[in-house]
Formats: sequence, C-alpha cells, structure tokens
Amino acid sequence: MTTTRDWPLYEVFIRARGGLDHKHVGSIHAVDARMALEHARDVYTRRQEGISIWVVKSSEIVASDPTEADAFFEPARDKIYRHPTFYDIPDEVKTL
Amino acid sequence: MSAAGGSSSHFAWVLRLADTNLVLAQRLGELIGHAPALEEDLGLANTALDLLGQARLLLTHAGQLEGKGRDEDALAFLREESEFLNATLVEQPNGDFGDTIVRQLLFDAWQVPLYERLTLSRDPGLAAIAAKGVKEARYHLRYSAGWVVRLGDGTAESRERVQGSLERLWPFTAELLQADDIDREMHAAGIGADLAAVRGDWERQVAATLAEATLERPRDRPWRWYGKRGEHGEHLGRLLAQMQVLQRTHPGASW
Repeated sequence: MTTTRDWPLYEVFIRARGGLDHKHVGSIHAVDARMALEHARDVYTRRQEGISIWVVKSSEIVASDPTEADAFFEPARDKIYRHPTFYDIPDEVKTL
Repeated sequence: MSAAGGSSSHFAWVLRLADTNLVLAQRLGELIGHAPALEEDLGLANTALDLLGQARLLLTHAGQLEGKGRDEDALAFLREESEFLNATLVEQPNGDFGDTIVRQLLFDAWQVPLYERLTLSRDPGLAAIAAKGVKEARYHLRYSAGWVVRLGDGTAESRERVQGSLERLWPFTAELLQADDIDREMHAAGIGADLAAVRGDWERQVAATLAEATLERPRDRPWRWYGKRGEHGEHLGRLLAQMQVLQRTHPGASW
C-alpha cells in the first residue's frame, strides 16, 4: 500500500491580501497539481490566511548549496555602499 | 414572511435539509484522525464543519418555524431516530475511502444545484443560509469530484473498488431527486426547489465526472428507502446514539 510519503511534495506559497507577495508557508503531499491546491487550501487557509495560493513541486525548486554559502554570500558582507541607507522613507509607505 | 409560525410542511422540509447536513457532518467527523493522509483528514474535517455550520443555522431556523421554543440543541440531541428526516444516503457508513468520497460526490452534486435555487426562496432565512452554503458546497464538489476522477482513472484496483462504491450507493440517490408531497408543496409555495430541475443539473454533473473518471453510471433500480419521512435503515440509530449520548446522559451539559 502506498502512503502519503510516496506522494510528491509540494511547497505552498500564500498571498495574505492584495498588494502583498506570496510567502512560503510550508509544504504538503499530493499526487497531482489539483490535489496540491486543495490540500494547501485545506491545511493552510482554514483561518482566512489567504486570498491566493501558489503550489510548486519541491523537486522543481533549484536551491543554492549550503556548502557554497561562503562563495555565494560572504562577498556581499563588506559592501556597505550597496545599502540604500541614505534615503528617508516617507511614513506613508507601509509595505516597502 | 416572518420566520415564526411556518406550516408543518415548511418545518418538516427545512428539517430535512438540516438533518441531512447534520448526519453527514457526524459521519465525516468519525473520520477525524483516521483519514488516509493528514491532508485528507483536514479536508474532510473542513467539509464536516461546513456542513455542521449549515445544519446549525437550518436547525435554528426550523425551530423558529415550529414556534415551540426548540433550539438547535433540542432538535439535534433530543429527538428520536424516527423524528430525523435526513436522506438515507448520508447515514450510510463511511466504508473505505472510495465509499466516503462517492457518497460525498453524489451528495455535493445534489446540494449545489439545490442551494443555487434556494437562494431565490421566498423564505428569506432559508435563502440566506443557501447563499452562504452554496459557496462551501461548490468547493466540496470540486474536492469530491477530483477524487472520484483520480480513483476511477487510477489503477485497476482503485477503479474496480470505486465502481463498487458507486453501485452500492447509487440506489440511495433516488430519494434525493424525486419529489414527494412535501417537496411539491414547498416548491409550489416558492419556498423549496423544483427537484426535477435539480435532478437535471445533478445528472449532468455526475455524468461529466463519471465520464472523466472512466466509470460507468449504474442503472436506476427500484428503491424502498424513505429517510426523509423518518423511515430509516439499520445505521442511523447507532450514529445518533453516539452523537446524542452526552446530552442524554447529562442533560443541559455545556462547556
């Protein structure tokens, strides 16, 4: 007998409300894309958490390799001049 | 039309809808912690809670129509088996997952077109409940139809088993779709719905899902079930015993 462990894993992204980005909230197992959307809806939006759902097969995500973290991310650490810290953000801008 | 003081047919007809929802919610609730996957556990529980929410509104409305001071709890927990007017389909045991999901499809494909018509009911309370419920019902139908297609168009074993579920449960659908005197009276009064029209929509939905699932539509056979008149099979009594035991043992108990 197959179990859900044999089902492909999908990552779930949810948009909480209009104007916001989809945010990663977790993952679910499902046998196809339609089921993945329904499972994401049933598991992650029971308390009005979202107005839009994306699901993507976990195997389709290309991830950076933790062992390469030094080469990937260290070079950015000492380049303070890349930060836009010289601007004043207007109070009216909420979601920057 | 005020909510209080409806006819006895009006009360009975709303009670049919309420009890059908309540009994199916209780059946689905039995699966919590037992569904084949965590995700399905939540999916079925969500459906059960939707149906229970509708049942509570309908029971409260029925109690007001009756005008004898019975609230939702009195109607749910303090009636005998023969006073329950749910359709026989929904009291059928959960069986295997195929049975559960086929029962759900046959029910959802009936509830969606019924609620769509009841949103125009001359009973404003019923119309409001239907307007809320139809959105929930459309999701339930999407969920159950998707699973029936997956199982039917799946492996040889899943197809054979879900075809068996269909054969077993099909005879119980006639009761949902054929009008009796109360159904006709409520339709004529503009309160209920035209079950012949509901049946047309039901047939189209079920035929489309079965075709996609490569399943065969069972033949219609004579039927002798009349849950909506309070004549029940062997299963409802045990379901009610479990559902009502707390209120019967400790009357008035609350959290």
